[in-house]
Amino acid sequence: MKKHNQKAWLFVLPVLILVAFNALIPMMTVVNYSVQETFGDNLFFWEGLGWFEKLLRSDRFHDALGRQFLFTGLILIIEIPLGIAIALSMPRKGFWVPVCLVTMALPMLIPWNVVGAMWNIFTLPDIGLLGYFMNHTLGINYDMTQDPLAAWITIITMDVWHWTSLVVLLAYAGLVSIPDAYYQAAKIDGASNWAVFRYIQIPKMKNVLTIAILLRFMDSFNIYTEPFVLTGGGPGNSTTLLSIDLVKIALGQFDLGPAAAMSLIYFAITLLVSWLFYTLMTKDDLN
Amino acid sequence: MQKRHIVPIVYILFLLLPIYWLVAMSFKTTNEILSGFSLFPQTFTLENYAVIFTDPSWYWGYINSILYVSINTVISIAVALPAAYAFSRYRFLGDKTLFFWLLTNRMAPAAVFALPFFQLYSAVGLFDTHWAVALAHCLFNIPLAVWILEGFMGGVPKELDETAFVDGYSFPRFFISIFIPTIKAGVGVAAFFCFMFSWVELLLAKTLTAVAAKPIAATMTKTASSAGYELGLLAAAGTLTIIPGAIVIYFVRNYIAKGFAMGRV
Repeated sequence: MKKHNQKAWLFVLPVLILVAFNALIPMMTVVNYSVQETFGDNLFFWEGLGWFEKLLRSDRFHDALGRQFLFTGLILIIEIPLGIAIALSMPRKGFWVPVCLVTMALPMLIPWNVVGAMWNIFTLPDIGLLGYFMNHTLGINYDMTQDPLAAWITIITMDVWHWTSLVVLLAYAGLVSIPDAYYQAAKIDGASNWAVFRYIQIPKMKNVLTIAILLRFMDSFNIYTEPFVLTGGGPGNSTTLLSIDLVKIALGQFDLGPAAAMSLIYFAITLLVSWLFYTLMTKDDLN
Repeated sequence: MQKRHIVPIVYILFLLLPIYWLVAMSFKTTNEILSGFSLFPQTFTLENYAVIFTDPSWYWGYINSILYVSINTVISIAVALPAAYAFSRYRFLGDKTLFFWLLTNRMAPAAVFALPFFQLYSAVGLFDTHWAVALAHCLFNIPLAVWILEGFMGGVPKELDETAFVDGYSFPRFFISIFIPTIKAGVGVAAFFCFMFSWVELLLAKTLTAVAAKPIAATMTKTASSAGYELGLLAAAGTLTIIPGAIVIYFVRNYIAKGFAMGRV
């Protein structure tokens, strides 16, 4: 049992001050903008909840939100099972383990705009490795600046390349923590591979998979830099995800009110979905 | 070799292909890149790297990035250590709420905060300093560091603390000379993740700097647009951004997998 000790607040205080400084003051600024209209020159007019109403009814917002959910959904459907499959087939001990882990973590350590730039030059139709291979060796017409489908396939592939390793590392960490005795018991009982997976490996990986799904949800839902550098939201608006649209409104058009209202709705959706995932995945533990 | 090992091998090849292409391009001249497709550099050149290492506007980008990333990692770990200890050892009013609130800051889209951050740090006079970026990145790195460290501390039996206090250790002395060395693997993992997320982030780093503290990632975007497309140079600069991360990950390779596995949730 943990001891009750209100002095523990003193230990938390520095964290509280730093995070509050960074989180609360900007958040208040956003709330402040979201209820006002400005025509520049620091003139502000009370707008009430007008921006929120307009935004919730605007097709532009619905489209961006729809694209965002499609993107995040595809990312989770592909990366989570793929990550588990790779973790299951990795060696458990020996020389190759650190080699695998280090090379797999490599994409995660590259600055996000470099990731975007790198995939851009990788997919250029005439001079990129992938672009050239698709167009000139396979003869498939592939140009993501022209074709929305190609653009979508490219940003999904890029994200799978970039972040599947996070799922692999987490799932692998869960797998190596299973004691050998569990596998021996399963062998004696004559359990099939599927049974071992379903009744030993999945339950033991549950905690780390919860973290993996939550992190992948939050980060893919907030993604900005990589698709912005890779496609710029195009062709047309086909890959304009929520963040890209938000930055366009806030910094491109300098419409602070609508951008602030959008920020708050965006943040609220992220919080709500994260909370739903969290409660769904941990509800068995509570019962 | 077993049949199932094909899966990780194919996956690693898939990961290395775009990286290979970036590195290969960095050894080509921009002319060769634009003139057509070649799998290997035809005229191998170190010219691109020479430009970066001799032009201050390029190499200062790296120094700036490394500076603010280091400051951020030190601050994050320094304040997260006592907080994680409090969460792992004591119950106090509002502890669970506070922990969840900390984690919610990991969920805030950076795009939401870009403009308010610019105004906040301009107002306090830190705009275009390394401190501005280092402090701003605390928003998502401190919660992560607390989360990871709390997991590691939970694995240390409370008897360790009690024995030390019975032996007459003061709290600060116990914390620094006994407790921190016990969880040094956790400190390594937390530092690695702070380093990583601060190193790869661009939106806030770019918003909060202009000239004096401009990160390498922002240097790259500007050069690419002003001088047309200097692809060879861009590729060399990109290749160099992979190296610091690769060095750090090599040192913590045995701990990273453990880091999250021991974490809570």
